Amino acid sequence: MNLSRTARTALWAMLAAGLGVIYVPLLIVLVNSFNTDRTFAWPPTGFTVRWWEAAWNSTGVRDALWASVQAGLGATAIALVLGTMVAFAIQRYDFFGKNAVSLLILLPIALPGIVTGIALNNAFRAVLEPFGVSLGLFTVIIGHATFCVVTVYNNVLARLRRMGSSLEEASADLGADTFTTFRLITFPMMRSALLAGGLLAFALSFDEIIVTTFTAGAGVRTLPLWIFENLFRPNQAPVVNVVAAALIVASIVPIYLAQRLSGGDAGTR
Amino acid sequence: MTPTATAGRTPRRRLTAFLHRHAGVRLSLLLSAPLLWLGVAYLGALAALFVTALWSTDTFTGDVVKELTWVNFQDLFTLDVYRTIALRSVGVAVAVTLIDLVIAFPMAFAMAKLASPRAQRWLVIAVLTPLWASYLVKAYAWRIMLSADGVLGWGYGLTATILTLSYLWLPYMILPIYAGLERLPDSLLDAAGDLGARGPRTFRTVVWPLTFPAVIAGSVFTFSLSLGDYITVKIVGGTSQLIGNVVYDNIGAANNLPFAAAVATVPVVIMLVYLAAVRRTGALENL
Repeated sequence: MNLSRTARTALWAMLAAGLGVIYVPLLIVLVNSFNTDRTFAWPPTGFTVRWWEAAWNSTGVRDALWASVQAGLGATAIALVLGTMVAFAIQRYDFFGKNAVSLLILLPIALPGIVTGIALNNAFRAVLEPFGVSLGLFTVIIGHATFCVVTVYNNVLARLRRMGSSLEEASADLGADTFTTFRLITFPMMRSALLAGGLLAFALSFDEIIVTTFTAGAGVRTLPLWIFENLFRPNQAPVVNVVAAALIVASIVPIYLAQRLSGGDAGTR
Repeated sequence: MTPTATAGRTPRRRLTAFLHRHAGVRLSLLLSAPLLWLGVAYLGALAALFVTALWSTDTFTGDVVKELTWVNFQDLFTLDVYRTIALRSVGVAVAVTLIDLVIAFPMAFAMAKLASPRAQRWLVIAVLTPLWASYLVKAYAWRIMLSADGVLGWGYGLTATILTLSYLWLPYMILPIYAGLERLPDSLLDAAGDLGARGPRTFRTVVWPLTFPAVIAGSVFTFSLSLGDYITVKIVGGTSQLIGNVVYDNIGAANNLPFAAAVATVPVVIMLVYLAAVRRTGALENL
């Protein structure tokens, strides 16, 4: 390409600066988690692991982490089933309203989270309260599953498009029925797409706070809710910072898995 | 009696044969649960919310009065404070989208057109990784940096909100543009160069029109995510308020669900108009 030397240098510089802007704030959180100063005055005055110990021993943090894991797993399981079903319907069939259905799947992440949040909150209370059931962890799972479907759907749809149907037809010609073909041919071929979509769904759920705020019952506190609750309490600041630092470190795990799973294209929504 | 003939009579065999012959039944089964969930339950919940927006709250008892009225929307349009907040929210969303576009485009271009394939792979990972880091953690990082004795020390407010939101949604803008630029064949850029176009002209006549749908796809994310946000505003916004805060406060402190619902229709209508407008660019296929 015929770009001038200056233009090339400028573009590389902008890329480097952009990546710097992306990473510096995260590094500062990591550094601050070892800062002896309670209010994170910059530059740090000394090194300590005291806050990491305090966070490790905090029952509030542990309970919140467990609630988040449960919500994430539940929402991911539902999203896997629903997302796969829609992806098959959209990819393999032609029907009236196909565009509307694909738009519908997108709607929960396209609309602002607060709208989904209060709509579900309103509906849950109207439907559940007559039965004496109040909001709880399962309402969080339902809320999260609603916007997680799209991640699984996107991954499975892309895989089905690439996969074609010739192998499935061959399987049918050789006498396998629908279920056998699915078990032996279709499912193994889309397994990595399911894992990638599931991983994204879990991450999306694990991180979500707005819909969670409106669908969680009084006793349910996911990790984001815990962080938000303690963010404005000065005496909790070091522990909040450690949880933040730990989450930054933990975010390397899914990206590593996603890369292993599908050779680079797993992370995009 | 052949084995196939016996097998033909097992329930499973009959079921698969029936499914094989009836594509419509297969399709209905595939669509049943997802449509019940998203089409009936979720859309139903949204519809119910907007009906609620037409109800009102008894100012004395705080109970919801289930009679149709336009009073919430009248308040929304006639009271200056809400008009200001709505305009401010749209302004913030536009600012965030433009800032992200300006930062993301050169980055995506360097990634897609200058980096070697090996470096590209690592750069995509570098941009993706922060997406997995928690939203709250990132907003929190800016709270620490912007606080009076932090690294930047600029303090909180509307500017801080725009900065933080731009930071949060930047990868959502980079990735679609990068994907769009990757699909753009290098030969087109070479052809433009051979025909005498310099950098700016190649950009204006070749690169920009062909990556425009990708830009729109990115903007759907940055715009919508900024429009509905109230958490970042609470963390770094100081006393400023956006639409999301008005909705939140009316559900919580004010306990006025009908008015909250009416306010919530504002970002929805804006987003629907936006989505309808960009549908024609083919951008939604890029999401």
